[in-house]
Amino acid sequence: MNIGVVVFPGSNCDHDCRHVFHDVLGQDVTMIWHKETSLAGLDAVILPGGFSFGDYLRTGAIARFSPVMQAVKRYAAEGGMVLGICNGFQILLEAGLLPGAMLRNKSLHFICRETYVKVENAATPFTSACRSGQVLKIPIAHADGNYYTDPVTLAGLQANAQVVFRYCTADGHVIPEACPNGSLDNIAGIRNAEGNVLGMMPHPERCAEAMLGNEDGRLVLASMVEGLKNAKRSEAVV
Amino acid sequence: MQAGMPLITKDLIAQHNLTGEEYQKIIDILGREPNLTELGMFSVMWSEHCSYKSSRVHLKKLPTTGPRVVQGPGENAGAVDIGDGLCVVFKMESHNHPSFIEPYQGAATGVGGILRDIFTMGARPIALLDSLRFGELHSPKNRHLMKGVVAGIAGYGNCMGVPTVGGEIVFNDIYSLNPLVNVFCLGLAHTDRIFRGTAAGVGNPVIYFGSKTGRDGIHGATMASDSFDDQSEQKRPTVQVGDPFTEKLLLEACLELMERDLLVGIQDMGAAGLTSSSCEMASRAGNGIELDLTVVPRREPGMTPYEIMLSESQERMLMVAKAGKEEECIEICRKWDLDVAVVGKVTADGILRVLDQGKVVAEVPAKALADDGPRYERPYQPPAYQDMLTNLNYDAIPDVKDGNAALLTLLQSPTIASKRWVYEQYDHMVRTNTTVRPGSDAAVVRIKGTKKAVAMTVDCNSRYCLLNPYEGARLAVAEAARNLVCSGAAPIGLTDCLNFGNPERPDIMWQFAMAIEGMKDACEHFRIPIVSGNVSFYNETNGLSIYPTPMLGMVGLIEDAERTMTQWFKQDGDVVIVLGSTREDLGGSEYIKVVHAREQGSPPYLSLDAEQALHGCVLSLIHDGLLQSAHDCSEGGVAVALAESCMSGSERALGAMVTLTKGRLRKDAVLFGESQSRVVISAKPIHRQAILDRASQFGVPGEVVGAVSGDRLIVSVADEGRLERVIDQPVESLRDQWAFSLERSLNQA
Repeated sequence: MNIGVVVFPGSNCDHDCRHVFHDVLGQDVTMIWHKETSLAGLDAVILPGGFSFGDYLRTGAIARFSPVMQAVKRYAAEGGMVLGICNGFQILLEAGLLPGAMLRNKSLHFICRETYVKVENAATPFTSACRSGQVLKIPIAHADGNYYTDPVTLAGLQANAQVVFRYCTADGHVIPEACPNGSLDNIAGIRNAEGNVLGMMPHPERCAEAMLGNEDGRLVLASMVEGLKNAKRSEAVV
Repeated sequence: MQAGMPLITKDLIAQHNLTGEEYQKIIDILGREPNLTELGMFSVMWSEHCSYKSSRVHLKKLPTTGPRVVQGPGENAGAVDIGDGLCVVFKMESHNHPSFIEPYQGAATGVGGILRDIFTMGARPIALLDSLRFGELHSPKNRHLMKGVVAGIAGYGNCMGVPTVGGEIVFNDIYSLNPLVNVFCLGLAHTDRIFRGTAAGVGNPVIYFGSKTGRDGIHGATMASDSFDDQSEQKRPTVQVGDPFTEKLLLEACLELMERDLLVGIQDMGAAGLTSSSCEMASRAGNGIELDLTVVPRREPGMTPYEIMLSESQERMLMVAKAGKEEECIEICRKWDLDVAVVGKVTADGILRVLDQGKVVAEVPAKALADDGPRYERPYQPPAYQDMLTNLNYDAIPDVKDGNAALLTLLQSPTIASKRWVYEQYDHMVRTNTTVRPGSDAAVVRIKGTKKAVAMTVDCNSRYCLLNPYEGARLAVAEAARNLVCSGAAPIGLTDCLNFGNPERPDIMWQFAMAIEGMKDACEHFRIPIVSGNVSFYNETNGLSIYPTPMLGMVGLIEDAERTMTQWFKQDGDVVIVLGSTREDLGGSEYIKVVHAREQGSPPYLSLDAEQALHGCVLSLIHDGLLQSAHDCSEGGVAVALAESCMSGSERALGAMVTLTKGRLRKDAVLFGESQSRVVISAKPIHRQAILDRASQFGVPGEVVGAVSGDRLIVSVADEGRLERVIDQPVESLRDQWAFSLERSLNQA
C-alpha cells in the first residue's frame, strides 16, 4: 500500500507516522507537502499530529486553508481513506470533513499521558482488527482535545455509530472520571457518515512497537492496512 | 565620529558594564576611541556571559578529551561518538534571569536557544531535559514562577516536537529571588556531517535567515536610544519573546540545507545576536566578515546599527554558504516561509566591518571581539561562615521516633514528591523513541536504525555544594553517573551549567574554583569528558546568593536497548538487595532539612573507587540479565529509594518487606541517611547467589534485605537481634501522598 503523510509547516508527528507505516508495518510511505494539489496514487492519507502553523489563532484553523486540503476533500469525497490524528483530527474538524469543534482541555493544561479508549464501533476500516468493546491503551498529547458539538449533531453521531472511540477506565467503563480532557460524551474519535474519514485524539503511532512497551495502537493502523489490501483484492477479483 | 553618535563618556562606558581598564584595552586594539555601535559590540562580547572572563582560567582545567569525543567545548555544542556512524550532540544552558522577570517567555526562549545550539551542529534534537530550582511553594510568587516556567517549557518544546523526557526540580527558599531554569538538549547527527560555526573561504556569501530583527533583548540600550535616536520608541522589555513555530520551520530548513552540499559554516544568533554569530564565525576561521545592515530583515523601521547588532530577537541564524549556492539556500528558506537575505561576505582581513546605507558604522578585528576579551584570575577564599555550615551537633538532634511520619514527610516534600504534574504537561513521547519515560533514574531514548539507546540525566545537589563545593561537585558527578548506570547505560560524556553568585566576591569565586576542582577530579577518575557547558554568574539578589549549583547533564550509552533497566519493582517474590555500604551520612540530607529544619553538616562521604566499582558491578548485572530493577539511593536515603521502587512504576504498586541492619549507626541514618554509592536492586530469587558473588568480585558490599511482597512497605531495623518495625504503610497510600502532593501544593489558595 502507498500511504500519504501530509506535512504542514509545524507538523511534528509526520516522521512518527512514516516510521510506523514504513518500518513497522512495511508499507510504502509518501510525504505530501501541504502545497501539493493532487493525492493521485495514494491508498490512504494521514493528517499527522503537531502544531500546524503553530496552532496560532486556533488549532487547525490555518491549516485548513493549505492547498492540500482541497485535494483531501476531493479524495475523501471519492471514498479515499483519511485518518487525522490529534492535530490532524483538529484540522479535519476545521475543514468540515468531520462535525464538531475542539475546546481547550478542561484542566487548561497540555496533557501527555496514557489513556484507555473503548472501541465503540469495530465495523470500520480503522478498527476491523479490534473487537467491539475492546479497551485499547493509547496515549494522548494535546492541549485542545475537549470535543464539543451541538446536541443534534451529537445525537446523529450516536445514532449512526460514528463515535468510534470513547475514553474509558482500564476495565472499559465510560465514566466522566476516565475522560482526560472534558470531551463531550467521552469522545476520543469519530468517523464521518460514509465511514472513510476518521479523526482521533489519541496517538496510535506512539504505541505500535514492543520496544515502546505497548502495541495497542498497531491494531488501529493494521486494520487500515488490512482493509486497504482486502479492498484491492476484491477490486482485482471484480 | 559619525554624525548623531553621542560622545563616549565615562557614564556611557559604565552603563555598558565595562571597566576603565577594559575600555583602555578597546582603545589599544582599535588605535582610536570606539563609536557607540562598537562600544556596544565590545560590551556584549566582553560580558561575563559571552567571554567567560572570570571562569575561563578555571574551566580550562576540566577534562575535555576522550576516544569518543567528536567535538569538545568551544562550538555551539559538544558531540560524542556512539558508533554506527552516529554521534550525539548535547549541551545545557541557563535562562535564569529572564525566567524570574517573565517566567513563561524566559523559560520558553531558554528552550529555543538550546535547541538552536543543537540543530546548528547538523543534529536533529531528540530529547530535552530541564533542571529547575524554585523557592518553596508556600509563597504565591514561587507558585506563579513555577507554573509559568513549566508552561513556557511545555509551550515551546511541545510545539517543536522534541520530547521533554526528564529532568529534576528542587525547592529551597534560597532560590525565591533567583530561580534557576537550566535546559539540556540532545540531538543525533551523522559523525561525518557535523556542522561548525566557521566563516571559511574568502568571498563566500554570508546569509541571514529566520525571524526578522526587532528591538527585543537589547542590553543597556535604554540610554543609547534616548540620546542616539529620539525617534525610537520606548525600550522594549529585555526579555525576548519566543515563537516556537518559526523555530520549527528554522529547524527543518536548517536540516534540509545541511542535507545538500551548500554550507561552509552556520551559527545561531543567541546572546549578542548578529555581533556574536558574525565575529565568532570569522574568528574561528581566521577571517573577517563584511555585513550590510541595510538588507537585514527588520520588524520595524528606524532601527539603528547599534540596535541591529545587539538585538537578541529569537529564531535567527547566520550561515556562510559556498559561493554560487546562494539561490539554492534562499529557495529552501523561502519554502519554509522564513525571512532570508544575503547580508555580507567573508573577507581576508580579519575585520568585522559593518555597513549601513553604504557607510561603515563599525570596524573591529573579529578576533578581538570573540577571543581577546579580558581574562580575570579573581581572588578567592573560603567564607568565614563555612565552618558554621559544616558543624552540626548530632547530639542535639533526636533520633527518629515515628518512621512512618518521617517517611511521609519526605515523600510529600516537593523535592522528593513525584513530578507527574510537571511532566504530564510536556510531550515526552513524540518521535516515538522514549523507552524510559520521566520518573525513573534516567530517561532513555532508543536510536532508530540501531540496537542502541541513549540515557540522560540532569543532577546537582546544591546543598552538598554549599556545605562543601569540592565534595558537592564530586558527588554530583557520581550521582549523575550512578543514575545512568541504574538504567543500564555506561556514561560517555557530560555537559555542565554552572550557576553561581557574583564572581567578584571571593567567597563565591572560591565556591566556583572548588566546584571545578571537584568536577575535574571525579570526571578524570571516571574518564567522562566534559564536551560543552555554560556559566551563569550573578545569581544574586540583595546581596543574597544562590547555593552554588553546578548542574550536570550526563549522557550514557546502552549498546543493547533490550537491556534497559528501570527503577521500579516488577514482581512479587523477587529478592531485594542493597549494594554499597551505609554510613552515618546525615549532613546536608533532605531528612535533616525537612524534619529538623537544618541545612548543615558535612555532605556524604564519597570514595571514587568504591563508586566506580559499584558502576562496574551494576552494569555487569544488567548486561547479564540478572536484575529486575535498579534504583539509586539519593535524597531521602534507602527508605525513600525503597518506597519509590514500590510505587513509581506505571502499573500497580508493589509492597516490600525489608530488614535493615542498624549496627552502630543512628536509626535515622540507616533509614534516611544519604550515603553514596548505594543502589537498591531487585531480582528473581534464582539469581540471588549469582548477584552476591558478582558483587563480591567487584568488591562491592551486597546485602539481601528482603523481598518484594504484598501491598505494604514494611521496613524493620535490626539492632543486635532485636527487630523494630519502623515503617509499615500501604503502598497505595504512600503513592497517593507522593504522586499528588506537588499538585496540592501548587493549587493551594
